[in-house]
Amino acid sequence: MKDIREDIAWAKINQDVMKSLENPRKLYWVILFFALMAFGFGLGCEVYQYQTGMGVANLNNPQVWGLYIATFIFWIGMSHSGTLLSAILHLMHADWRKPIYRFAEAMTTFSLMTAGLFVMVHIGRLWQFYYALPYPNDRGIWPNFQSPLLWDAMAIFTYLSSSVLFLFVGMIPDLAIARDNMQAGWRQKLYTLLALGWEGTDRQWRNFRVTYLTIACFLIPLAVSVHSIVASDFAMSQQPGWHVTSFPPYFVAGALYSGCAAIITLFIILRYVFKFEEYMTLPILKKIVRLTFAIAMVWTYLNAVEFASVWYSHDQVSKDVLIQKMTGNYSPFWWGMIFCGSVVPLVFAIKRFQTNIPVLFATSLLLNLGMWLERWMIVAPTFSHGYYPWTWDHDQWPSIVQWGMVFGSFGWFTLLFLLFCKVFPSVSMYEVKEMVYHRTLHLKKSETAEQGAH
Amino acid sequence: MSKRHLLALYSNFDEAEAVVRELRNTTINGFDVNDDMIVKSPIEHPEVEEFLGDKPVYVQWFTLFGALMGGLFGFFLISGAQANFYMQMKGGKPIVPFPPNFVLTYEMFILGGVFITILGFLVCAGLPAKRSPLYSAKVSIDNIAILVNAEEAAISVLKAIFTKHKALEIQEEAGK
Repeated sequence: MKDIREDIAWAKINQDVMKSLENPRKLYWVILFFALMAFGFGLGCEVYQYQTGMGVANLNNPQVWGLYIATFIFWIGMSHSGTLLSAILHLMHADWRKPIYRFAEAMTTFSLMTAGLFVMVHIGRLWQFYYALPYPNDRGIWPNFQSPLLWDAMAIFTYLSSSVLFLFVGMIPDLAIARDNMQAGWRQKLYTLLALGWEGTDRQWRNFRVTYLTIACFLIPLAVSVHSIVASDFAMSQQPGWHVTSFPPYFVAGALYSGCAAIITLFIILRYVFKFEEYMTLPILKKIVRLTFAIAMVWTYLNAVEFASVWYSHDQVSKDVLIQKMTGNYSPFWWGMIFCGSVVPLVFAIKRFQTNIPVLFATSLLLNLGMWLERWMIVAPTFSHGYYPWTWDHDQWPSIVQWGMVFGSFGWFTLLFLLFCKVFPSVSMYEVKEMVYHRTLHLKKSETAEQGAH
Repeated sequence: MSKRHLLALYSNFDEAEAVVRELRNTTINGFDVNDDMIVKSPIEHPEVEEFLGDKPVYVQWFTLFGALMGGLFGFFLISGAQANFYMQMKGGKPIVPFPPNFVLTYEMFILGGVFITILGFLVCAGLPAKRSPLYSAKVSIDNIAILVNAEEAAISVLKAIFTKHKALEIQEEAGK
């Protein structure tokens, strides 16, 4: 099966993608409505918490982080597959990335923006956020540069700004196409401004190629460092259940896993909503599914390594935390994580399901539920079973305010993502043309070789 | 003598390449093939660079500079802030600890590299740019354009070459 048809006219590629900016299917508006509702509810919860105090979140000592930090890790993880996979596949000259990388990179950007909100929210006293910023001041007070929390802030800022620039640079030729093909109005003005006068000259392409490649090279180690550093927030503490050597690779694998699952979900939605059936094809979906399956197995293996190292280390406190996860009050969620993260992806191993859209959609949602539970199961059980006996059995059920903000974050992400896809081309037109062109050349070469053989 | 622009559109890279080769092999008074010709294409096409000949790219020097500056700035910012606490008790621990500072230096190295690479791209690609004297929106669809800037005397020869290679359309800048 072909990733894309080689006989698609280049003009049609432009038309189809430009049409997506104007006429999505009705489902687009339905999703947008629900996203707005969820965001509004989350915003309401935040305003209530801000006015009343952190008590309404049901956060207490020792449960000081709750769902906020668990969801923060989830969104950071979600951001991983977009830019990282796009950069890796770009370096490997994998043509099939071309129709899907734009929305995946946008997913990265908006996930990071969503994650950043939880850092603010969990502080409670939003007005004191500026204390965390490293700037010269009269009192000579600086943040603690040896703290992984500060590394985290810096890594996320670097990743967010680099991802936005990577997304923008890759989009310049398409913005020029939009500028040339859009009727006069605010959109054309916007595209004219952002296209920076791009005309596709040989000088522009030559420098574009080197720039894009260079940023891709930077982004790969950067993306790995970001989630390793998030893992360090936990692994560098002495808490049982967190002080684990394999945490950084485990976090990176988990991040890639949830990101890939989200790519499958968004692929299916965009394909239908924007009528991209010719570009977001089933063979491409199959490749992502296989990749997700491989990462799921890596994640499962790293889980096993973590459990085994805790079990055989004879570190009784860490072992107690593990036993508590398996058998305590959190056990339904912990086993849910194992089921969704390690058992459900086995569906991807069955060939006939690899292109079955309803099955893939449901599976991808379950995978991300599993990955969200994973983050919660990292944060909560350790707090309720630490070194001090007084923390034992201090299980906490998050209040509606916390849940509201978690749901609100999904609304916020969906809102930003859908607006992006409606304003900017979510399929890269010039790269799909390249893909079609490469395929045509390949076919011509094969035909010539065949004629030579005869 | 005054110079004028001429733009020819082609439907595929083979024809555009044939034109460029002929322009290279023909001596035309009032037209320098290296300085007076620009090829515009709808996709990134390495073959265009091949038939246009080697042209240097300097973006990577910006990258090197940006990454080094970012790393150095990061390290000295952190170390400077830590040295600010010199009078505080450190309990025998180093005032400027290298292992934890490495992480932020690494992040700043990448941040500087990425930011200055983008700056280098804008400088080297000549962006933001004004619209060329002759521009066709068809380049953003599927046409390949050859834009030349030549003296009046060379215009007719260039036109003849463009026509010979089946140009889809030839646009001419009005005479001054």
